[in-house]
Amino acid sequence: MRRTVSILGLAAALVLGTLGFGTGQKSHAASAQEKMSMTEVKIDNFTFGPATLTVPAGTTVTWINKDDIPHTVVSTDDSKTFKSKVLDTDEKFSFTFSKAGTYPYFCSIHPKMTGKVVVQ
Amino acid sequence: MAGKVKDELLHDHNHDGIDRRGFLKCMAWAGTGALCVMQGGVMKSYSLSRLPELGGKEAMGELSFVQISDSHMGFNKPANPDVAGTLKAAVDKINGLAAAPEFMLHTGDISHLSKPEEFDTVDQILKSAKPQDVFYVPGEHDVLNDDGKQFLERYGKGRKGGGWHSFDKKGVHFVGLVNVMNLKAGGLGTLGHEQLEWLEDDVKHLKHSTPIVVFAHIPLWSVYPEWGWGTEDSAQALAYLKKFGSVTVLNGHIHQTMQKVEGNVTFHTAASTAFPQPAPGKADSPGPMKVPAEQLKSVLGITDVNYLQGQHALAVVDSTLA
Repeated sequence: MRRTVSILGLAAALVLGTLGFGTGQKSHAASAQEKMSMTEVKIDNFTFGPATLTVPAGTTVTWINKDDIPHTVVSTDDSKTFKSKVLDTDEKFSFTFSKAGTYPYFCSIHPKMTGKVVVQ
Repeated sequence: MAGKVKDELLHDHNHDGIDRRGFLKCMAWAGTGALCVMQGGVMKSYSLSRLPELGGKEAMGELSFVQISDSHMGFNKPANPDVAGTLKAAVDKINGLAAAPEFMLHTGDISHLSKPEEFDTVDQILKSAKPQDVFYVPGEHDVLNDDGKQFLERYGKGRKGGGWHSFDKKGVHFVGLVNVMNLKAGGLGTLGHEQLEWLEDDVKHLKHSTPIVVFAHIPLWSVYPEWGWGTEDSAQALAYLKKFGSVTVLNGHIHQTMQKVEGNVTFHTAASTAFPQPAPGKADSPGPMKVPAEQLKSVLGITDVNYLQGQHALAVVDSTLA
């Protein structure tokens, strides 16, 4: 008797689970997509965090300045791929990396601050 | 400083009449507003208020000027929500000095975000300072967004490169250097080849006895490279100044007073009129340091510099705003 109930319960759970999992899968995929298209670098205490960010091609990376002093985000590669205006506290800068490669950058006001975006 | 220091000339290593220890001792008195003078090989100190007794400024060929720095007009975070107010307090301090300064040096970070209204506000506030002549060098906050075009338009019309320049006052040769342009990733302040060549040429024909004052934003000595507190190619600049008997280097950027004597060169950094920064390595980063509101003015300040013609040492006196 118990076993039957258990099996029934298991079957019910599976059915429910499949339904639920279906919905869940969709929203899971959606949020995963969000995660892939928006990635953040936090600027605080004269540091880019994370210092090295690895993303797939097509990602938009957003830098947000959480420090109490202004900073910039300026790429140091030969073609000067990106260059933000001055970011005061809470200001943001975004750039979409369409091509694979390594993109080192720094803060042009405080050149000791360096970071890197690796696009795969 | 080790050992007891007397007033007499003790160690005249450079045969230039300057006793480093005596000078440093006098600089330590500087907080009380002392003027240090070498007379006949003996370091004497006079309180600034006694200067009129010494025979009059003009008769002594005395030069007096003030250095202010890092006004960061536009900054409005908790470390100081009223940088205009503290700059005004600095002007009041300058106007209250016993020996009225002839001019001022501003060693940069005039503005916080290179905004026109920020520069305008500083100009407006400095209009009420007795010394109306001000010589500026830019800080990194003054050359944002436009590679320093606006700074040059306002304070350095016609000047070369980033605005380096020199001028003479009462026999003292002043050199304003720019070390905040074309900063390289991972690097420190930089003077660059063109400016160094200009400097070499600028001082080439000066007599060795000419006192030199160099002013630039980022320190020209290695205060704390981890925080970018240094200039990559300053050694080359200092090499061009090696022949001079008296070189005083005035910098800003680090928002605290610090000094170092190296041979014939005295390095000195000024306090900010806006907000203090931590001592090297004493915090995670060199950002604005919050202090209790009632203590703020005691960690901000101006630098008063006096020079008597014929003497070697320039007396560099720091005063806080409270």
